Amino acid sequence: MKSVKQQRLISRLTLSSIAFLFIFTLNLSAQGDAANGKKLFNMHCAACHKLDKDLVGPKLGGITDIRTTEWLSAWIKDNASFQEIDADAKEAANFSAASMTAFAFLSDQEIDDILEYTIPVEVVEVAGSAAAPVVVQEQDNTLLYMLTAIVIVLVLMVFNLYRTMTVIKDGVESKSIADSLNGVWKAFKGNKFLHFLLVIFFLLNSAYFGFGWLMQVGLDEGYQPIQPIAFSHAIHAGDNKIDCEYCHTSAKHSKTSGIPSANVCMNCHMNISEVAESTATEEHSKEFYDGEIQKIYDAVGWDKDKLQYIEGYEKQPIEWVRIHNLPDFAYYNHSQHVTVAGLECQKCHGPVEEMEEVYQYSPLTMEWCIECHRETEIDMTENGYYKKIHEQLANKYGVEKVTEAQMGGMECGKCHY
Amino acid sequence: MASNKKYWKSVEELNENSSIVDTLRQNEFVEEIPTDEFLGNKESLEESSTTRRDFLKYVGFTTAAATLASCEGPVRKAIPYVVKPNEIIPGVADYYATAIADGFDFANILVKVREGRPIKIEPNKEANGSTNARVQASVLSLYDGLRLKGPKQNGNAISWSEADAQIGKKLKDIQAAGKTVAFLTSTDASPSTQNIIASLGDVRHVIYDAVSESAALDAYQTMYGNRALPSYDFSKAKVIVGVGSDFLGDWQGGNFENGYAKGRIPTKGKMSHHVQFESNMTLTGANADVRVMITPAEQHLAMAKLYQAVVQGISTREASPINTAVQKAAAKIKKAGKNAVVVTGVQDANIQAYALAINNHIQSEVMDVVVTNNTRQGNDAEVMQLVADMKAGKIGALIINNSNPVYTLPNSADFVEGLGKVDLSVSFSMSDNETANATEYALATPHYLESWGMIEMKKGQYSLMQPTIQPLFDTRQFQDAILKWSGSEQSYYDYIKTSFTDLGANGSWNQALHDGTFTVDVTEEVVANEFDLSFGYKAPKADGGLQLQLYTKTGLGDGQQANNPWLQELPDPITRTTWDNYLTISQADAEGFGIENWNVADGGLNGSLVELTLGDVVVTLPALIQPGQTVGSIGLALGYGRKVGMKEEMKTGKNAYHFYSDFNNSQYGASLKVVAGEHKFACTQLQNTMMGRGDIIKETTLDTFNDHSLDPKHTWNPVPVVSLKHQEVEATTVDLWDEFDRSVGHHFNLSIDLNACTGCGSCVIACHAENNVAVVGKEEIRKSRDMHWLRIDRYYSSDMTAERAEEEGVGVKQKFAEMEDPSANPTVAFQPIMCQHCNHAPCETVCPVAATSHGRQGQNHMAYNRCVGTRYCANNCPYKVRRFNWFDYANNAEFDFNMNDDLGKMVLNPDVTVRTRGVMEKCSMCIQMTQATILKAKKEGRPVKDEEFQTACSNACSTGAMIFGDINDKESQVAKLKEDKRAYHLLEHVGTQPNVVYQVKVTNA
Repeated sequence: MKSVKQQRLISRLTLSSIAFLFIFTLNLSAQGDAANGKKLFNMHCAACHKLDKDLVGPKLGGITDIRTTEWLSAWIKDNASFQEIDADAKEAANFSAASMTAFAFLSDQEIDDILEYTIPVEVVEVAGSAAAPVVVQEQDNTLLYMLTAIVIVLVLMVFNLYRTMTVIKDGVESKSIADSLNGVWKAFKGNKFLHFLLVIFFLLNSAYFGFGWLMQVGLDEGYQPIQPIAFSHAIHAGDNKIDCEYCHTSAKHSKTSGIPSANVCMNCHMNISEVAESTATEEHSKEFYDGEIQKIYDAVGWDKDKLQYIEGYEKQPIEWVRIHNLPDFAYYNHSQHVTVAGLECQKCHGPVEEMEEVYQYSPLTMEWCIECHRETEIDMTENGYYKKIHEQLANKYGVEKVTEAQMGGMECGKCHY
Repeated sequence: MASNKKYWKSVEELNENSSIVDTLRQNEFVEEIPTDEFLGNKESLEESSTTRRDFLKYVGFTTAAATLASCEGPVRKAIPYVVKPNEIIPGVADYYATAIADGFDFANILVKVREGRPIKIEPNKEANGSTNARVQASVLSLYDGLRLKGPKQNGNAISWSEADAQIGKKLKDIQAAGKTVAFLTSTDASPSTQNIIASLGDVRHVIYDAVSESAALDAYQTMYGNRALPSYDFSKAKVIVGVGSDFLGDWQGGNFENGYAKGRIPTKGKMSHHVQFESNMTLTGANADVRVMITPAEQHLAMAKLYQAVVQGISTREASPINTAVQKAAAKIKKAGKNAVVVTGVQDANIQAYALAINNHIQSEVMDVVVTNNTRQGNDAEVMQLVADMKAGKIGALIINNSNPVYTLPNSADFVEGLGKVDLSVSFSMSDNETANATEYALATPHYLESWGMIEMKKGQYSLMQPTIQPLFDTRQFQDAILKWSGSEQSYYDYIKTSFTDLGANGSWNQALHDGTFTVDVTEEVVANEFDLSFGYKAPKADGGLQLQLYTKTGLGDGQQANNPWLQELPDPITRTTWDNYLTISQADAEGFGIENWNVADGGLNGSLVELTLGDVVVTLPALIQPGQTVGSIGLALGYGRKVGMKEEMKTGKNAYHFYSDFNNSQYGASLKVVAGEHKFACTQLQNTMMGRGDIIKETTLDTFNDHSLDPKHTWNPVPVVSLKHQEVEATTVDLWDEFDRSVGHHFNLSIDLNACTGCGSCVIACHAENNVAVVGKEEIRKSRDMHWLRIDRYYSSDMTAERAEEEGVGVKQKFAEMEDPSANPTVAFQPIMCQHCNHAPCETVCPVAATSHGRQGQNHMAYNRCVGTRYCANNCPYKVRRFNWFDYANNAEFDFNMNDDLGKMVLNPDVTVRTRGVMEKCSMCIQMTQATILKAKKEGRPVKDEEFQTACSNACSTGAMIFGDINDKESQVAKLKEDKRAYHLLEHVGTQPNVVYQVKVTNA
């Protein structure tokens, strides 16, 4: 084994130095075989193999202890023709009815990297790095600060006035703070106008806050219901960088973004029946997440051990709790905003890729809609639909750019019908 | 010249001293708010145990409770598919081409499907499809909660396998015993179904049309050898003479309005000339240039005389009005030659043969005897024979499909008696109707939107029917069941697929299914048999008594969709009456019998009740005085009076099939007498009047229209003038408001051609379906609270003058009578009215909360969530198109129509708000459709094509009367129509600048 390793080191050095000459950025990936191997493994092998258990193909953890590198390399590159010349290979092919794809394009170096990755290493517990999502609801406290400041200034002014008055009256500076405070209090008690001002101030304040409180009735900003499956957008969209529209496919075609049907989940979870140890967080253990994945299988009727759908299973839809609820009288179309306007989902839904559990990020009020329509300029250059309108605008008014509102995006009937 | 006609909608309006009409003109809302009802009764107020204090406590408590309850929002679920079908994107509609063939209506259609639910029917225009009101409404019949939900034996539910086993055994025994197995089916125009029935071996197959065209089929058979109906393409006709044939209604299966309307739009100064001889005022007569009122018996005479004049060249110089009219028509036919056509609805094979002979004689291009029409195939004689054999005990098994003979047969008592003597009676039925309840087995069939099928409406022109929804109930298609009973393993789907290959159609099965149609070349030649037509004219025995002309209404047709609230509430195009059938009678006869119609204080129409006797059938009916009804004749609509499998509200009218003896729509010797009591009609004809303002209908003659020396603006299409600084100026030049620049982007307009509009009402139902318009019921309609966003106003007018009388050979007495009483034979104009989307809308300026406002695309928007229900807008609308929601019509047991049950709600369009109580609503010019079209173009990054812009009404209009589009697209059809010399706006002098433009009606009298 050692000599093999030696060989590999040399070849690796040679390769990486050549790569370094040509592509400077490669130096990072060339730091370790296992790192590159992991990448390649995930790219090419993970659909059928796991390190620690059998899937479509056998588990690959410690495979180098069973087979030689040469044997494995031959198998990987073209297992079909290898089977014809090698008895072991022929037997190995019986593992599954499905035959393995030939990976002729993998270089020896890459195969070595992958195999390096498959050598079991002692698992070092990684402390949960993914911090629990903190939902900070930033409130606009500016006004509160301003009001406090005004109150303080007022109090100071009263105090100052009183001091000046005593100075004028007595010609002597007051002796102690206690005395002066007492004096302030007395003056305050005696000043009817000040009482009146304070009452007015208090009433105005309570009206302001009362109104503010009433206005938020029916607003669900920050609404974060408990879902039937603790689906983590942070893991899917954040860590694994799955595109939003991979699951929410109808967003570009339809008025609804579409909650993915369970068969979409199964595209990946047919192979991913459990999470990696590193996925577990302080809040949720690996077992917890595995249990959540099991819920998908319960919905569609998937036997994760036999890796097949259960015949005649009565499928159960997953009843998600709807977070974003527009009233029935408001019409909103996702495709208009996603496909035509090219908006990022995050513009309205916030940093979903950081959310362990999704909450309503935007207020979804009409004011909020209109605000955006007022500011957003329409890009008329790309879309063929706007060509004529663009020409007309340019000819008529010499205007090059218009906002959504100017195009009629603030008319009642555009959203209410 | 602009005509000086007086237009009116109700006879009541002709009465100058009518206080009701006056009141209705002054008040937008007919009734006062009934505060007196609960405050006026002092006794009950005092008796009430609730004190003022208690009342305030309750109010306080409920307000507080409601407030607290409203703080917590409900938790809403979002449930995705487990496995999403590939072709469904939630929120995006799919369209499927299919066909309707329910035995009465036949059409190629497109079905709009949302998330697996059909929600709207549209005509398949690429397959020449056109939809009438019933076809449009048929989607709601799919969601009828009272459908037959599974197989039953004697009223008890059984399973399909039990039914198969039992019926299969019985059928074998019957056939072994040598008794006849008979099938009684409606016309389904499906050769594959007939083959499947034939595959059972020696069976008798009787086809039965509830409303018979047997005479015409007999005549064709005598003349051309096989049993069929000729096709007619009225677009080729220059002269159309109809005798008792309501071909814009349901005559010979209908679907003629498309071709008819094409010939009615004056192009290059030419349009068709249409003479109609008839007894009842029908849609066809209403659209005719010359309408001659004759009794049903005289229709025979008219046809005989027409035959003599055209074919035999004998013209009598008898000075009767009929003869004069017939001779004039004959002259026109001779002149037009092959471009003329004669059609008749008289149920007499000889008279039908006259019509065929005339058309054959003039070599009419309008009539096509090669590509025949298969939409009516019933054989009355065979039906009668079957009933007789049943009574004689000769029939072993009777299997009925999609037919309700217990309700529709005139001798249904005989039929029921015969059923008792049949060993096995099976009824395949979609609805839980009279027949399904009378037979031993009632087997539930799917709606046509849940079925497979192959139909041959016209020879060689096939349509495919495909399911657009999973079956809602435990149903099985008739064909599948028969295939099973015949021992075949094949499903009907496989069967038609095989037939498709066997027919040798061009193209693939998938393509045909996608298109909804395929054609097979028809090469055979048809030669008319020489046969003796010299049997002479035999007049029907019509001595004494009234002559009853039975007809089918636009709404209910033969009555199979009677449980459909949309159709029940559709105002009849002629009488504008909903939720009823009634006896139509002429003013003169009404006076003779002492029959009265009167309007009561709230605008509702009341009428006398009469007892109609014909032979031994006696039925008590309401009578409606109908302008244009021939004196001596009375009319009555079939299709009403169904009682079984119906919601309580839908059990309207009386069954007129009892009078339909010998399947003849003309019955003689009827007598009637007024009986005690009065009937309350739900008639909309006085409702929503335009406050007596004129200039609503503009009409001119073809000669005037063609006179190029006339400037239309000052003659036949005058622009109204107003006084500005003491000078008369055109109203269109004066404006209170600054003009908004609408030249950028789209500017929608709708053009309505009064020439092409036949008043068929399919737009009204299409609007219902597209916009979730509520059904309000008979009581509310009567109170003028109808919710129709689109109404079709029907105006009567008469311009009987001395000159015209002379020209038409009208007798002196009649001339003066008609001049005095214009309601005797009025001409009729139909005018669809919806929100006119005024650029300077009077409604917008008076709304205190700005709930209604204008969009730059020309649409007048209505924000329901902003509306507080002051109803100022409706008061200020000169067109009376706004509708107020007096109640919650959804989820309300008081309005037990489709919006109150889970099944019926499935038809709702998810893109349009269901309005709540207390808000105003109106036509939105289908803004959801224009928005969707624009979005589609934006997504595809291209400009919108003209034909893409549609509204529900313009899409449903098969005559092309309604054209919708963008006038900023100068190449669009509507932009050209807006500039047409026939174009005018309603109430132009008000200065509202509507975006709906009408085209002056031109008549070719």
